This record gives sequence, structure tokens and C-alpha cells, in this order.
Amino acid sequence: MSDLGAIKVALVGNPNTGKTSIFNELTGLNQKVGNYPGITVEKKVGIAHLAKGKNANIIDLPGTYSINPNSLDENIVLNTLLNTGHNDFPEVIVVVADIENIKRNLLLFSQVKDLGIPTILVINMADVMKKRGIKLDVDLLKKEMDAEVILVSARKRHGIEVLKNAILNYKKLNTKPLANISDKIDGAYFKQIKESFPNLPLYRSWLYITQAENFDSLDKAQIESINNYRKEKEKLKKYKLKETIYRYQQINNILKKTYHVDAGKATDLRSKLDKVLTHRIFGYVIFALILMLIFQSIFDWATLPMDLIDEFFANLSAMTKEGLPPGMFTDLISEGVIPGVGGIVIFIPQIAILFLFVAILEETGYMSRVVFLMDKVMRRFGMSGKSVVPLISGTACAIPAIMAARNISGWKDRLITILVVPFTTCSARLPVYAIIIALIIPQERVFGIFSLQGLTLLALYFLGFGSALVSGYLLHHVLKDKSKSFFVIEMPNYKIPSLKNVIYTVIEKTKAFVFGAGKIILAISIILWFLASNGPSDFNNSEEIFSSHAENIDLSKEEYDKQLASYKLEQSYIGIMGKSIEPAIKPLGYDWKIGIALISSFAAREVFVGTLATIYSVGNDDEDNTTIKQRMGAEINQETGEKLFNFPVGMSLLVFYAFAMQCISTLAIVKRETNSWKWPILQLLGMGALAYLAAFITYSTLI
Amino acid sequence: MNTTIANLAVGEQGVIKEISLDSIPLALLEMGCLPGEDVELLQIAPLSDPLYIRVNGSHLAIRKSTASQILITKK
Repeated sequence: MSDLGAIKVALVGNPNTGKTSIFNELTGLNQKVGNYPGITVEKKVGIAHLAKGKNANIIDLPGTYSINPNSLDENIVLNTLLNTGHNDFPEVIVVVADIENIKRNLLLFSQVKDLGIPTILVINMADVMKKRGIKLDVDLLKKEMDAEVILVSARKRHGIEVLKNAILNYKKLNTKPLANISDKIDGAYFKQIKESFPNLPLYRSWLYITQAENFDSLDKAQIESINNYRKEKEKLKKYKLKETIYRYQQINNILKKTYHVDAGKATDLRSKLDKVLTHRIFGYVIFALILMLIFQSIFDWATLPMDLIDEFFANLSAMTKEGLPPGMFTDLISEGVIPGVGGIVIFIPQIAILFLFVAILEETGYMSRVVFLMDKVMRRFGMSGKSVVPLISGTACAIPAIMAARNISGWKDRLITILVVPFTTCSARLPVYAIIIALIIPQERVFGIFSLQGLTLLALYFLGFGSALVSGYLLHHVLKDKSKSFFVIEMPNYKIPSLKNVIYTVIEKTKAFVFGAGKIILAISIILWFLASNGPSDFNNSEEIFSSHAENIDLSKEEYDKQLASYKLEQSYIGIMGKSIEPAIKPLGYDWKIGIALISSFAAREVFVGTLATIYSVGNDDEDNTTIKQRMGAEINQETGEKLFNFPVGMSLLVFYAFAMQCISTLAIVKRETNSWKWPILQLLGMGALAYLAAFITYSTLI
Repeated sequence: MNTTIANLAVGEQGVIKEISLDSIPLALLEMGCLPGEDVELLQIAPLSDPLYIRVNGSHLAIRKSTASQILITKK
């Protein structure tokens, strides 16, 4: 997608300014989400077609209030704009500001303009000016700031062409700084900085000095000099404060001449809605209702497409098996690759629906109110109000949830959120819960209305949330706080969500999940397939050995094949693995067959059901729940002579799956997000030990 | 009368006096919380924390611990 002759543009702006809308208008669907090297922060890039056949490569940087970063997301902005040698280093920067919060938005513009890169100021939401009683003298603003200013309405698509033209002619823009920081703060001091870095714009050097890290584009001598300046910590702090105050003074002076609001026209929609949505009782009631609606939709609306996907891949598998000549390759495709891809695709409906809701809640401005409502509660458990979004997302899948944690500013808050999210009941646990509940919980109703099976499922959800909170509480008291965590959130105006933005977000996030987690799930499925369809010498002779057993001769053809498949699995590598862990899982009430399912579901939990279906000789063609259920229900424990899936074993399995960290993709994401193996390993061992212990206690008390 | 934002009642206003970066994050200043600016307490979260304020045209939520570090003169 890269075009060598394209103009490199960086889009910068405060959150909630409609920056993404402008990005969407400029690029249409010519967008791509990638990752910045080494970290999982999404990098959104798109191509805009300008006049004269010229293209612009536009990178949509994460929303930020300032060039000085407070979170991983915001760090990206600084990194992109300061690393001159970097591939993404822009030739022109577009700063998006929102007309209603123009003062605060201009602070970012003032900082960015001083970097010495051509910069265009875009003022968005021009369509609401009249309604809000705002008057802006754009020509005077241009003159006062000596900068290009363009009024745009992304919603009404006004001004986009003007912006494209300005990008095309970016070479005509000046690179003069807006704020002359040196004279206003300490002339002598800044003169010294200028002498230390004669070839850099002053503000750029100042930023290099005041950040905690160093940048790739700096040489040794520069770094040494920077380290010298950094020794005077108090001075830097004081000057940083002075800088911000000075910038605001300058902005105030400019706005006094150019910007007028008729206060009488200001709407009080905000305060009316806030009174209800953050009310001490209604606030929580409304939030609970919205949560219920989300869960209801994830499980209700997604059922039909999920069933269709399931059926489609099962048919595709069967067709491939019949259509292609028999052999290793066909087996790999039909038993390894196709079910593997199916295992990823099946989650798309739930994930898309969840992101639909999250996107709508964020676009409307409601999410900030939830953060406001929940902060105090979450703090008790070592997290912040901002952890609510990851925890909700975790009910679909832990992977996007963990990625959503990166806008939490405190490192400890963020780490705890990442560590506890896998406890929430993700959709991969559902098939496991569903079949075991169907086996061990009677189909009765409590008080005539609530289904006992449904209540059990609900209890498992509470168990998930509960254990996330309890472990957060424990981690809060165990972990040492490296950095000071603080909390500032903007409470944006309420807005009607833009359909385009919502749809783009859903597509983009779902794509990121499919290609991110998908690769791992697919790879593991293929490995599992190999382990299940290969084995030592006995495996290769299994057909002969099996047919030589007298009791197998009288079986019908169909029954014979099923029994043979089961026998082969027992002799395969994975069967051997299952047998070898049997002593360890016996105290939990499991036999080696469940052991196989445990091992194979390490890759992804939902594999449990499929594996059991194979083990209990259920043919692929009738993957009917009742059949699997009947087979499992009829299974006898060979030692006790009782039913294998009795109440204690079932409960023990439910508890085990509620706690165990059986998801390689999540571990991989945690590794990337925390940049260390320490935390995923801790998660794996900690949750594993907890699962084992809890299952053991459950089994021994119930038996 | 000198006090802090944490001591305001809902609907009360004040003017920010002094700010030190030792106790207040730069991010808060950059969002408009600066000396000389008017501040109004709009709402208090149900569990009495965080606080919802309007300052310098921005609507922000901050924790009580931060709010108690911001000295103001009550209007």
C-alpha cells in the first residue's frame, strides 16, 4: 500500500475532535491497520487521492491532549514526530481541533507547530458553530498565528477538498514556531540549549531534554548533552510549567480577538443528561441495563451466524475430504486447516457485536461517564475507571480486551487490568460450559421462571468477574508501584454517533483480531492435528491390532470405524500425552481422555468439545450436541464403574475452566503488551495453580 | 476564602491560585487547569470520588486526591 511518491502526512489531535471522521473522509476505505514495530498499538494508515494524480500517505496518530505523553498510546505521537529518521516521519502535520474546545486544542497545535515541520490547523465541527452561538474570524486567526487554518465539517463533508489542496501545496507553508518559549521563560538558558543543538529547532531540543527516553535519531554527543541537562530536574519541571502557562496566555490573547461565544445559546443538554447518567442510583441502574443489553445481544444475535459458520466449516471439511484424493495432504486440509480457520471465524459475530456496542458507547461520550462512575469502585481492586472497558470486552475475547487496556495511564493499573482480564468469561469458555452444564445440571426451573441451567451459567459469569476483582485486589497489595498513577479524563459533549465511524471501527478491530490471534490459533490447530493423527509404531499398526481383537469383529461397519478412530487417538502422540498426565489429574476426577481434551484446549478452550467429540467416537458428520452429550453421559469410569461425567467431575471441570489460563494467543498478547515474559508466565502458572487447587477442592468436597 | 477544589460544594466556583508540578501532573495543566482560571464543581461521583469540574472551558473528571492539591479562592 505504500506509494513512494506520496506525501507523508501525520494526523494529530485531541480525542473526541472528530479526527477519525476526517481520516475516514480523506482516505475512504483505503485504510490499513498495522502495528508499530515491537508494540501492539494499532497504526492506522490510509491513502488520500489529491489533485494532479498525487497521493498522500496519511497516518492517523492516537488522540492526545499534549505532545508530552501520559500513556503508551500518546507515546506514539511523540515518537513519530521526534524520530526524524523514522519511516513514518511526516512531511506535513495536520492538527485537528474541535470548535467547541478550541482553546485546549490550540495548546497541542502550538506545541506541534514549534517542531519545525509544516503544520495545518483543521477546525472541525464547523457545522455546529451557529447552533452553539460561536463566531470565529478565520482570516484573522490565520494572520495572528501565521499558519494555515481550514474550517471543516467532517459530518457534512465540507472543507475536505480544501484540506487536500493544502496538503498538496504543503511546501508553501512556513515552519516558524508559534510560541517563542525561550524569551518568556529563561533567555540565557534556552540560548545555551540552542548552542548545544545548533541544527535543531529549539522546541525539538527542549522536548528531547524533557522526555524520559532517548530517540533513535540522536547521536552519542547529543545524548550526552541531553543527559547533562536532565540533571537539573527541578528546573526542567519549573520551566515545563512556565511553558504551558505561556502557551495558554498566547492562545488566550489570540482567541480574544478571533473567537466569540454567545453564552445564551449554549445548550444544557450536557448537564441534563449528566444528572441522569451519573446519578447515584439511576447511573448504576442504567449502566447495568446497558451491560445486560450487550450480553444479551452477544449471546442472542450471535447464535444464528455462529451456527451457520459452524455448519459451513463442517460441510467444507467433509466436502474436501470427499473431493480430494485421500492422503496426508487432504487430512491436513480437512482436519487441520479448515477446522482451524473455522475456530477463528466462529468468534467474529460475537466480537463484531461487542465492538459495535463499545464503539457506540465511546462515540456518544457515555463511556467517559462510566469511567467516572466506576473509578472509585475499581480503585479498590487495583485498577482505575478506565479498566471497565477491558473487563467488559473480556467477555467476548481477552485479546482485544488486553489491547484496550493501553489507554490506562498508570503502569500498575494497566498491568493489573491486563493480568486479571483473562478471568472474565470469554466466549471460548461458553461451548465448554454449555456441554458440561447440560450433562450435570437438571433441566429444572427455580421458582417456576429461572432455568437452573441458565442460573448456573450466570453464576459462572459472576465467578469470572469476581475472581478478576479478587485477584486485582491481591495484586494491588503485592505489586510495588513504580510510577505515580494519576487520573484525568475529559468528559466530552454528548454526540450522536457517526455510522461511518462506528462501522469502520468494528471492521478494523475485527480484522485486527482475526489476523492477530488467528495466526496462533491456526498454527496450534495444525500442531494438534499432527499430534492426534500421528504416533509411535503402535499407532501405525493400529488398524491391524484393532481388527485382531475378537470383540471388534461383530461391530457394524459404522460402529467399527468410530471405535477404530477412538482407538487410534489413544495410540497417537496426544493420546500418550493424555495418559502420561493421568496421575496428575486423577485427584480432580478426570481420566486420560479428559486429559487429552485439557491438553488440546490449552491452545484455545473451545477445542475441548471438539476433542471430546472425537474421543467419544462421534462422527464428524453428525456434530449434534445431543449425540455428544449422550455419548459423554453414557461414559463409564472404568475404575469405579460409575458414570464418568457425574456431578462432582462436571463441577470440577467447570471450576477448572473458569480459572485456568488456557489460551496461547492471550499469553502472546500479554507478552507483547507488557514487553516481558515474566507476566504471561506468572499468569499461566498462577491461574493454572488456582484452577488445579479449586478443581481439587470442588471434587473432593462433592464426591 | 482560600481552599481547594476538593472542598467546593456542587455548583460552587473558585479561581485557581497556585499550582506546583510536584503534586499535580502536567497533563492536568495542559488540559486547562492553570492559575487564574475559573473552576466550577459540576458533580461528585456517587461514591464521593472522582469530581467532575469545568475549568477553562474544559469538562474534566479528576480524583479527590488531586483536587485537594489545587489551591483556589472561592468566589
